Amino acid sequence: MKTNRSKSTSPVTRLPKCPTGIQGLDEITGGGLPRGRPTLVCGSAGCGKTLLGAEFLVRGAAQFNEPGVLMAFEETEAELKANVASLGFDLAGLVRSKKIAIDYVHIERSEVQESGEYDLEGLFVRLGHAIDSIGAKRVVLDTLEALFASLPNEAILRAELRRLFRWLKDKGVTAVITAERGREQLTRHGLEEYVSDCVILLDHRVNDQIATRNLRVVKYRGAQHGTNEFPFLIGDEGISVLPITSLGLNHKVSNERIATGIPRLDAMLGGHGFFRGSSILLTGTPGTGKTIISSNFAQAAARRGERTLFFSFEESPNQIMRNMHSIGLRLEPLVKRGLLRFHSARPSLYGLEMHLATMFKEIVTFQPQVVIIDPITSLMDAGTDSECRGMVTRLVDYLKAGQVTTLFTSLTQGGKALQQSEAAMSSLMDSWLLLQDFEGNGERNRVLYVLKARGMKHSNQIREFLISDRGIDLVDAYIGPSGVLTGSARAAQNSLEKAAVLASQQEAAQLKREVERKRDALERKISGLRADYETEAEELRRIAEQVGTSTLMLTTERAASGLLRQADIKVAAQARGNARNGKVN
Amino acid sequence: MKSKTVKRRAPAAKSPADELWQLRLYVMDQTPKSATAFANLKSFCENHLKGRYRIKVIDLMRQPQLAKGDQILATPTVVRKLPKPVRTIIGNLSNTESVLVGLDLRASG
Repeated sequence: MKTNRSKSTSPVTRLPKCPTGIQGLDEITGGGLPRGRPTLVCGSAGCGKTLLGAEFLVRGAAQFNEPGVLMAFEETEAELKANVASLGFDLAGLVRSKKIAIDYVHIERSEVQESGEYDLEGLFVRLGHAIDSIGAKRVVLDTLEALFASLPNEAILRAELRRLFRWLKDKGVTAVITAERGREQLTRHGLEEYVSDCVILLDHRVNDQIATRNLRVVKYRGAQHGTNEFPFLIGDEGISVLPITSLGLNHKVSNERIATGIPRLDAMLGGHGFFRGSSILLTGTPGTGKTIISSNFAQAAARRGERTLFFSFEESPNQIMRNMHSIGLRLEPLVKRGLLRFHSARPSLYGLEMHLATMFKEIVTFQPQVVIIDPITSLMDAGTDSECRGMVTRLVDYLKAGQVTTLFTSLTQGGKALQQSEAAMSSLMDSWLLLQDFEGNGERNRVLYVLKARGMKHSNQIREFLISDRGIDLVDAYIGPSGVLTGSARAAQNSLEKAAVLASQQEAAQLKREVERKRDALERKISGLRADYETEAEELRRIAEQVGTSTLMLTTERAASGLLRQADIKVAAQARGNARNGKVN
Repeated sequence: MKSKTVKRRAPAAKSPADELWQLRLYVMDQTPKSATAFANLKSFCENHLKGRYRIKVIDLMRQPQLAKGDQILATPTVVRKLPKPVRTIIGNLSNTESVLVGLDLRASG
């Protein structure tokens, strides 16, 4: 919110800024240190003042083409070169190419005697000469306060310092002045009195044996700046400040869905898997298969041609690969093809901030589409609750801004309330899968369910989670009157049901056969009766025919005998005609 | 002491008081301040090191690069290059007592 406001107002009254190039510091200060003005960097011993100054110069010379002068009061040129070389800065090279000038100022109090009035023109001359010789735009004075120890006359020194800062401003150089932290004031000798444009406070404190460095912009005249304390760390690429609040909640969202590598799980998530760029929490008690699901997710990503970065805080890469091999998941080829990268580190190796910075760095270099953190709970031990929450927030925001899908696994202790331990994290997560053990019937079975899935339809059912040497599978757990049955109990229940179904099927078949037989019998009976009837009807017809034939024969025979007896032929013929035309009755 | 040095200006002398003194006076520009410092140094040397000192005045305005070599911060500054060890006095040398201390002449002078 803060950054939004400063962004919207800065074009109106823009103070010229000088980018430091230090990761995160420019974000906090809204673009860098005030250009052409001195900035005071104070902090106790060993908190990184000199390094900040050196990095400001090196980055200025290397990245922004602004040569710089380092006036060192405590370390010699050779020491400085060696010190910053260990952080990857080529100070010596920049000095050779006349991008940076180093002037080591040293006064041994015991060798110096004061007599009468003097001023510090010598210092001015040296600084001016160094600035002019390379055309410097940046100046670092480290640590100016050493003068208080070397020069006895504080009144003169103070007057001269006041003049020095004005002179620096007139020169138009952006200066960083480092100073030791004082007991009651910001600096031991009250330098903040002279440098009033920008004051940055560095701090190094130890909590639970883990040291954290913090940076705070105490004052920045004429500009909006983040006022919080920001953790920073000194890595092998210099300082990186990690602003929490600088990341807003305005990242793009994707509607694209990506598969989890487990088809049944995709189905549980509305059929398509997770949203791209979402954060997923996978919670489970020990041995429930969190790493296996993570590995499957990585494999699915690789199948899409995407890169996965796997942060492992409990197992070494080789161990994970060997273990996944046992369930038929081969990760080595993915590593070889550059689609999967492991980063393993023990959580106690260094503080939370260092972990975070290392992770950021890995993410920046590998540019993954999927990030797996296994398990995030290990990291939780490295810091306090609020620190962890801050860290996870930053990580989630950072990854979401880059549309990276993140899978966090979280280990819950058996018997502990599940929601309690993840309460802090869960609100940051878009999806939450829960893996759980079901004990009973003398065995332990894994189940999985979707606790939440923002923005998508998801199954409310518990699925049994099976791990075999061919990978993992989800099957429907049996949910019946006796509760949720898993494992062999589910199998037994299934076979019981199968038997019952079989029995009823057999019964129905038998009944059917019976009915068919009855119908056959009936039909047989019907055809018998029909046969009887037809026999009788045939008999009747035969009798009727017989009757007709005998009548005709009778008439014919009578006529024949009349003919034989020479009876009246006409009458006989007539009678014959009658017999032929008329119906015989 | 004085007579002794007058008598013996031989280079073989072991005592620091007998050696040739090489002094450098660093000043900033030809200002009255610088002139005062030079005058003070000159009169001091005439009083204590007559005839066996050499003063080289360096104007940092003209030769700023020379400031680094002798670790000059303040002006005016007098550096005793010889005899060893190198001693430094800052200020316009108005306080003769502290110049004596600073140049390590007090014990012998």
